Amino acid sequence: MALAKRIIPCLDCDKGRVVKGVKFLDIRDAGDPVEISKRYSDAGADEITFLDITASHEERETTVHTVEAIAGQVFIPLTVGGGIRTLDDIRTMLNAGADKVSINTAAVFNPDFVRDAAERFGSQCIVVAMDAKKVSLPGEAGRWEIFTHGGRKATGIDAVEWARRMVSYGAGEILLTSMDRDGTKSGFDLALNRAVSDSVSVPIIASGGVGNLQDLVDGVLTGHADAVLAASIFHFGEYSIPEAKRFMADKGITMRL
Amino acid sequence: MNKVAVIDYGMGNLHSVAKALEYVGRNVSVNVTSDAATILQADHVIFPGVGAIRDCMAEIRRLGIDEIVAEVACRKPLLAICVGMQALMESSEENGGVECLGLVKGQVRFFGNVDAGAGSPVNASNSGLSDEQGNSLKVPHMGWNCVKQTDQHPLWQGIEDNTRFYFVHSYYVALCAGESASGLTRYGVEFTAALNKGNIFAVQFHPEKSQHGGLQLLRNFLAWDGV
Repeated sequence: MALAKRIIPCLDCDKGRVVKGVKFLDIRDAGDPVEISKRYSDAGADEITFLDITASHEERETTVHTVEAIAGQVFIPLTVGGGIRTLDDIRTMLNAGADKVSINTAAVFNPDFVRDAAERFGSQCIVVAMDAKKVSLPGEAGRWEIFTHGGRKATGIDAVEWARRMVSYGAGEILLTSMDRDGTKSGFDLALNRAVSDSVSVPIIASGGVGNLQDLVDGVLTGHADAVLAASIFHFGEYSIPEAKRFMADKGITMRL
Repeated sequence: MNKVAVIDYGMGNLHSVAKALEYVGRNVSVNVTSDAATILQADHVIFPGVGAIRDCMAEIRRLGIDEIVAEVACRKPLLAICVGMQALMESSEENGGVECLGLVKGQVRFFGNVDAGAGSPVNASNSGLSDEQGNSLKVPHMGWNCVKQTDQHPLWQGIEDNTRFYFVHSYYVALCAGESASGLTRYGVEFTAALNKGNIFAVQFHPEKSQHGGLQLLRNFLAWDGV
């Protein structure tokens, strides 16, 4: 009877449609984020993360309507990320029914934005997303740097230092993505995750690289993650959420079953 | 028509709770409002809250919500959620000490080691809080945890004992003797996850985000006539 570790499916959406596809056999519209969110919630997902990758600002109105529709039908926490740059962006998403927003690039370019956001809306709804890449050489102690622009631009910022700073500014949670592992299905960067998790008091969501259910277990037990985020292993029906939860529980992890 | 008022004092996201009430309620009209008359005319009142207690209490007092809540508690069912529950207590340790409404006797305490992180506890990498095995625990307490029901309150109807609800908070309610907890949760310490006092039912977790168990609790609240 302890706090459960969380499984968080992530939906990447462009103009209100889920991209990367979701392959549920019996789903009518594989691109509808509302239907997919409801499906994941019914399956026992502990939260939903909605990542908006819509490029143009004008089309973001669609995203707001999508978030409203999800929030009207799905009663588990909903995090919205992607393009959150101003306090108004945050207010808009919270008013639409998001419970948390995830701030990524805007935090790197203007760290005080995180402080302002946490002061205005409370740390509980401010997630800082960090994209980290290993920069230490083989044989050296692990060192990771924050990257922007999908892992293409180095910032020179040390990942562990950055996490500490963001928490001191009021981040309530850290979404940590390994750019080395993202999309590889070779498992989380456990050393990175552990280094960050052990350096801050707030929960860490591990992301990037999940290929099988043992990766989720390792993320929690070795990487010290409080939650695990995954997209493709659930979207493509390789594993179901109940299956993942049962597997993790069997390895001794407290789950909400 | 079951008229429900969700008290709005400008702190955070009240849409989730309004949407959940609309979802579970039959013949329900939900008003998110700070208007005294609307709140006092409602059949059921929700007192939510997120964010820092100092800011919440300042707005509660500025808008006269303190008096409205006290009056509602005498007359009709009131469900307080998260910081709304904390605001009912006598005082909170948060923000260096804040006086609250005092409708229920007890204090609001920090989960971790207050001495280690006085003023801004989230800075400390080690919260000072640990589980029974000695593992260090993160603060805030964020996620799904079990609530042990300690009474047969109507709001628990149809909800299994030890159901998991969604929590997100760094401070918890410690009740004085003589007050009644309805639910207990353990996170380093055992704390009051739910309490009742007359027409008041208060929960530290977010029923509007707690899927089946949470929606059932809201359904029960809408069906409850108070004492």
